[in-house]
Amino acid sequence: MVLARREVGRESARGTAVRLLLMAVPLAFFGLFFAYPVAAIVGRGIKTDEGWQFGRIGEVLARPDIADVLWFTTWQAFASTALTLLIALPGAYVFARFEFPGKQLLRAVVTVPFVLPTVVVGTAFLALVGRGGLLDELWGVRLDTTVWAILLAHVFFNYAVVVRTVGGLWAQLDPRQEEAARVLGAGRFAAWRRVTLPALGPAVAAASLMVFLFTFTSFGVVQILGGPSYATLEVEVYRQTAQLLDLPTAAVLTMVQFVAVGLILGIHAWTVRRRETALRLVDPARTAHRPSGPGQRALLGGVLLTVALLIVAPLAVLVERSLDAPGGYGFGFYRALQDVGAGGGTFLVPPLEAIWNSLQYALAATAIALVIGGLAAAALTRRGGRFVRGFDALLMLPLGVSAVTVGFGFLITLDEPPLDLRTSWILVPLAQALVGVPFVVRTMLPVLRAVDGRLREAAAVLGASPLRAWREVDLPLVRRALLIAAGFAFAVSLGEFGATVFIARPDRPTLPVAVARLLGRAGEMNYGQAMALSTILMLVCAVSLLVLERLRPDKTSGEF
Amino acid sequence: MTLLELAGVSVRFGERAVVDAVDLEVAEHEIVCVLGPSGSGKSTLLRVVAGLQPVSAGRVLLGGEDQARVPVHRRGVGLMFQDHQLFPHRDVGGNVSFGLRMRGSRRGFASGPGRGTYEARVAELLELVGLPGAQGRPVASLSGGEQQRVALARALAPSPRLLMLDEPLGQLDRGLRERLVVELRGLFSRLGTTVLAVTHDQGEAFALADRVVVMQEGRIAQAGTPLEVWQRPASEFVARFLGFENVIPAVVAGGAAATAWGKVRVPAGSPEGERRILIRPAGVVLAAAGLRCEVLARTFRGTHVALRLRPEAGPELEAECGLAGAPAVGERIAVAFAPAEVVVLPAA
Repeated sequence: MVLARREVGRESARGTAVRLLLMAVPLAFFGLFFAYPVAAIVGRGIKTDEGWQFGRIGEVLARPDIADVLWFTTWQAFASTALTLLIALPGAYVFARFEFPGKQLLRAVVTVPFVLPTVVVGTAFLALVGRGGLLDELWGVRLDTTVWAILLAHVFFNYAVVVRTVGGLWAQLDPRQEEAARVLGAGRFAAWRRVTLPALGPAVAAASLMVFLFTFTSFGVVQILGGPSYATLEVEVYRQTAQLLDLPTAAVLTMVQFVAVGLILGIHAWTVRRRETALRLVDPARTAHRPSGPGQRALLGGVLLTVALLIVAPLAVLVERSLDAPGGYGFGFYRALQDVGAGGGTFLVPPLEAIWNSLQYALAATAIALVIGGLAAAALTRRGGRFVRGFDALLMLPLGVSAVTVGFGFLITLDEPPLDLRTSWILVPLAQALVGVPFVVRTMLPVLRAVDGRLREAAAVLGASPLRAWREVDLPLVRRALLIAAGFAFAVSLGEFGATVFIARPDRPTLPVAVARLLGRAGEMNYGQAMALSTILMLVCAVSLLVLERLRPDKTSGEF
Repeated sequence: MTLLELAGVSVRFGERAVVDAVDLEVAEHEIVCVLGPSGSGKSTLLRVVAGLQPVSAGRVLLGGEDQARVPVHRRGVGLMFQDHQLFPHRDVGGNVSFGLRMRGSRRGFASGPGRGTYEARVAELLELVGLPGAQGRPVASLSGGEQQRVALARALAPSPRLLMLDEPLGQLDRGLRERLVVELRGLFSRLGTTVLAVTHDQGEAFALADRVVVMQEGRIAQAGTPLEVWQRPASEFVARFLGFENVIPAVVAGGAAATAWGKVRVPAGSPEGERRILIRPAGVVLAAAGLRCEVLARTFRGTHVALRLRPEAGPELEAECGLAGAPAVGERIAVAFAPAEVVVLPAA
């Protein structure tokens, strides 16, 4: 082992060359379709004919309305993260340690929200707690103008992040470690606190940071549920850019978000590295047992109830509302989707066409994300080097940088030859692939790294050329991860909203864009159609997720 | 005829030479075992021969041909990895036929052997290693010993001209190891396989090999038949590595050595001067008069009793005596030294 490490450090010149070549394509992709548009739009905001106007940064940040946005963005992210941990950690424990009927299905169910488009999440909560929503009808309770709707939607959205990241590791921790502590005289709680908690700590930290990142940059959910009173940075960037056309302010806000996200990702990378320290991991199937005793049954019951109320209920209400047509329950809203006129001039094409647009765009985006992410993951497989670590973090940035900025940046940069893509259909998949790549890399990388290099050596000694060894050893081992990565990339591409809303052409809306447009209009018909389209979108995502769940690799604990 | 020749092979990781100017020859049909503690460079030696580790200096010749420009997959050698490295995504049959498929496909589809040929060969090999009919079993379901057998079958399948084994029995329990080592030796001599194995277990090396090569920090400390190495360790390092503790500085003159334990007679023809001597435990015998010792510990070893003694002068001594009449702990006894069990070693 000692020898193997040292050899990695002394990689041959040829290996380095191959790595650089592999990285060239992803680097070019990110440079052209991410860094360049974002830099251009930031530049346009704070650079005038008289040069850089850095004074504007101070001016903008000093404005009371902007200070409010910053304050709200930060505290709601903290509150959402804390609330998510509070509600999801018991769930992580239950999924890790208990064996109960329907566990697989339930694990898929709690993951559905995570791949759901934020627009659908917003719509589902609107249907539950909004005006004319279920709670409004039953008890006259409305939360859509309060911050609670946003917080609950964030918990709904991120429940799976905690359950998967923390629960995945928890299931693999050897219970005998705790038993050893008990035998050495530690009480039940002391054993948990001194043995399990330190082992889980980095995973909890990593999950918290991911939740914080997602909620800090939350757009669709806040846009739909926040009303005029609550705006995150991302929503404010959208408002300043699209509605007020105040580019300087948008540019400053984008930079603020960029710095914040950079910080979060930096801390995340650090905790992940700590998580890689040697832990004794065992097969999850061995650690789970049936709940016994009233305490454990109550815990299981509580978690099931939480899942039912928090996750199943909003989705169920969404479906219910979509069927609650004026003339009684039926598919009235769905039928209306085939009709251009029903939108009251909202659309140039029947809303139903958005489904096909979305599927085509998402497929193209998935293909791009797989190529770019696959190459990046292959280049990053071998650890080591500052450069590689920086590249690792760079790939995560698109998750946190304002999608609105990226979308708008596309419009102003990719508009002249040789890169005049404004009228090209590829623009939308390119933007969507940006958010797909991080998922591909994070799914592929652990699996690629887990492939023992000596298996390749064994194949070589048996007569396989390097290419043949890759085909015979690496490819079969990562095939499942590749499919899973494809599924995630597909789901997030399908749900991408922030950038797509800018660049999707009016006659080719995607599902989330169509939903947002319908919600933006008054009238029962529009509302119902939004619910119907969201339901369709949810079903597409849920189906791709259920397929994924069957493919889940047994040994790697997924990040997402 | 010499099949493998290493000439002045060195491997350096940074400043440290893991393999240092090693010369080694392995003749056809010979079984050579490289023996050494962990970190002595013996695994690296195998990787060099396989082409997995580039050399810093020296040449590797297989069948008289320099292998410097021959990539791993064209060297036609077999390597059984320490932890087997069976392909987890293939069943037993898929693992064993892997090398056959690789070699077959290189000859082209037209002339390559068909699938049926592979199946017959796989069945034959599984029979040979004592796992008949295991083709369809998943690798994960195999026990350690079974994995070892499959790894062996996989390495043997393409009939490599040289088979290399890295700690072939390292992970198995003692009983299984002792049985397998006998099986392996029988198998290799039946097949006429040329074998280069590395191990840290002297028992394994002595049972398996025609010739043993002891390595110390990347260099060859001694090479010879198991009997030669056992009877005449070439240095204090080899003696201690073989488990002998009774090594002491001595001045040899006129057929006797002056040591802290007193005068010790040495075999005729031993070199003279400032040396070290080894007294094998069997050569420390209970006597009516001689070096007086106190018995510190007594360990029952099945066929004999091992004693740890504190002499009135000099460092502690290890001795062996018969089951009957073994002294008790704390007892005071006297020992004498049998010249046949004394070996004169070079000075440190």
